[in-house]
Amino acid sequence: MATFRGVDYMHLDSLLSEQELLVRQTARRFVDEQIQPVIRDSFRDGKPPAGLARQMGELGFLGANLDGYGCAGMSSVEYGLVMLELERGDSGVRSFASVQGALVMYPIHAYGTEEQRQNWLPRLQSGEAVGCFGLTEPGFGSNPAGMTTTARRDGGHWVLNGEKTWITNGSVADVAVVWARTEQGIHGFLVERCTPGFSASELHGKLSMRASVTSSLAFSDCRIPSANQLPAAKGLKAALGCLTQARFGIGWGVIGAAMDCYESARQYTTIRKQFDDKPIAAHQLVQEKLAWMITEITKAQLLALHCGRLKDQGKLEPAHVSMLKRNNVAMALECARLSRDLLGANGIMDEYPMMRHMCNLETVKTYEGTDHIHALVIGEKVTGIAAYK
Amino acid sequence: MKVIVAIKQVPSRDSRLRVDGSGRWIDPTDLTAEINEPDAYALEEALQWKEKHGGEVVVLCAGPAGATQTIRDALAKGADRALHIEEENLTAYDSLRLAELLAAAIRAEQPDLVLTGLQSDDLGYGQTGVILAELLGMPHGTIIMQTEKTAAGIRVKRELEDGWFQFVELPLPALLTIQSGINKLRYSTLMGIKKAKSKEIKALTPAALGVTPGGAAPLEKLYAPQRGKQSRLIEGDARKQAAELVEILKHEVRAI
Repeated sequence: MATFRGVDYMHLDSLLSEQELLVRQTARRFVDEQIQPVIRDSFRDGKPPAGLARQMGELGFLGANLDGYGCAGMSSVEYGLVMLELERGDSGVRSFASVQGALVMYPIHAYGTEEQRQNWLPRLQSGEAVGCFGLTEPGFGSNPAGMTTTARRDGGHWVLNGEKTWITNGSVADVAVVWARTEQGIHGFLVERCTPGFSASELHGKLSMRASVTSSLAFSDCRIPSANQLPAAKGLKAALGCLTQARFGIGWGVIGAAMDCYESARQYTTIRKQFDDKPIAAHQLVQEKLAWMITEITKAQLLALHCGRLKDQGKLEPAHVSMLKRNNVAMALECARLSRDLLGANGIMDEYPMMRHMCNLETVKTYEGTDHIHALVIGEKVTGIAAYK
Repeated sequence: MKVIVAIKQVPSRDSRLRVDGSGRWIDPTDLTAEINEPDAYALEEALQWKEKHGGEVVVLCAGPAGATQTIRDALAKGADRALHIEEENLTAYDSLRLAELLAAAIRAEQPDLVLTGLQSDDLGYGQTGVILAELLGMPHGTIIMQTEKTAAGIRVKRELEDGWFQFVELPLPALLTIQSGINKLRYSTLMGIKKAKSKEIKALTPAALGVTPGGAAPLEKLYAPQRGKQSRLIEGDARKQAAELVEILKHEVRAI
């Protein structure tokens, strides 16, 4: 398997520390050796690569930016670089790591009791256990405040009723972080696999994210012990706090998908000949597309890196992450489409990565805050007026 | 058991190499560096020895300040500490001077085993390890494909030509030059990378080790192989032409 050389038009690597480069090297080698050789079949068969959770856990990719409990304690930039390389492999692989780290381990770390942390974090870090995050419902996507899943106190238990959908890792998860409405407002709970009244079913027929498991979760008088409540996970703000973490990873990750598309197209167009035995890269319209892509990738890299540095300084705001996620996903999607175009008919084949990335990125555009909602978050930031309320 | 692994930082294998302005070396701008490939296998073999037999793995690297990235990577993979002989211009040393430099650093450590790659990917002399063993007064084995601890020392498998192997037993301390592919290279885990930050890298200088550069054959010109088409007319009668053609194909072009 060829080693990926990276896409660095403007010496941006010089902005990275020695440790950051080493972290990227590990993630890059993992993707080249473990993901690239299997991802085509994985996507085609609709099954995640086998043994992925353990492999990623061993290398420290799961909850990489958390401290303690076996986690690697990486900086935000290092975490971002891992997400970028994983998504260069496939958005589904990155989604697995995003959900596990940012949407399951992060809330247990930030909102859980010490006992919950001890119980779950080492197992989730190593990939021995898998987690999922249940916020979205069939009737409430962009407006989670309207959720209808309820949690009612009953002695030493909580009783959950309702349905969640579009849940990554749902039917393979050992634990679900579930958000439900209580008399005191929205709250986060841990629901373990095999709890009576809890079931998860895989969604079939996806034309996107085929290397990742997506499920629906159903709760029917599902009784969980009071100790499974995440004590500090109070209000929708706590749930959105997790999403800010995950969106940060997406903003980095999609650059990887864009790089894979761009680099595949760059190589293809310098070899493919048409008209007068010239490589098609010698034609102006082809060069314009390559120039657009490399320019947008470079801008996206700078945006991600700046957000990462701000995050490490504690200065990154959710509205900044909205710009990062929205801009970079749209950029990556356009790179996938342009690069597909440059490969002509070959571009539609799964021998090349762009069609797979393009399908995946349609999901990424929608999940974790749609493109529209992030536009409105940015709009609110600059006008003070919330257009989505 | 103390194992020292001598490693070198070289340009990445898939680099786009360009000749620099002087025309005598490669342009380092934009060049990413990595551990010399056979050295990576030597390091892995050392780490596996430590896991099986206990002890310590010390990494030794002569090279510029920028070589710390390769040293840190070795520490991240599990080496315990490192010795860095800081020298910006390694090309000023011939294999003997370079081996003297490494030997001076190794003597102070008194290792049980010294491992290194069988050659470097950049210069490819394949001399340093062997000369180093001679300077240290250690027995050595080259092109090693397998190692095994025995009661008396170490048993190794050497790669000979044409699919033949040789098994040799050596007393310790010994020096081995390792062939690529001898084992499966591990990843640096993120936890390992974090831990490497606090591991010791001891800086040494050629002056303090009492070695002065020199001996290197002066390099006059570095250039990419020139591709060109050549035509030659073979004269004489058919028999003579055929005989000459066979000669050329056999000995010049080596096509038959």
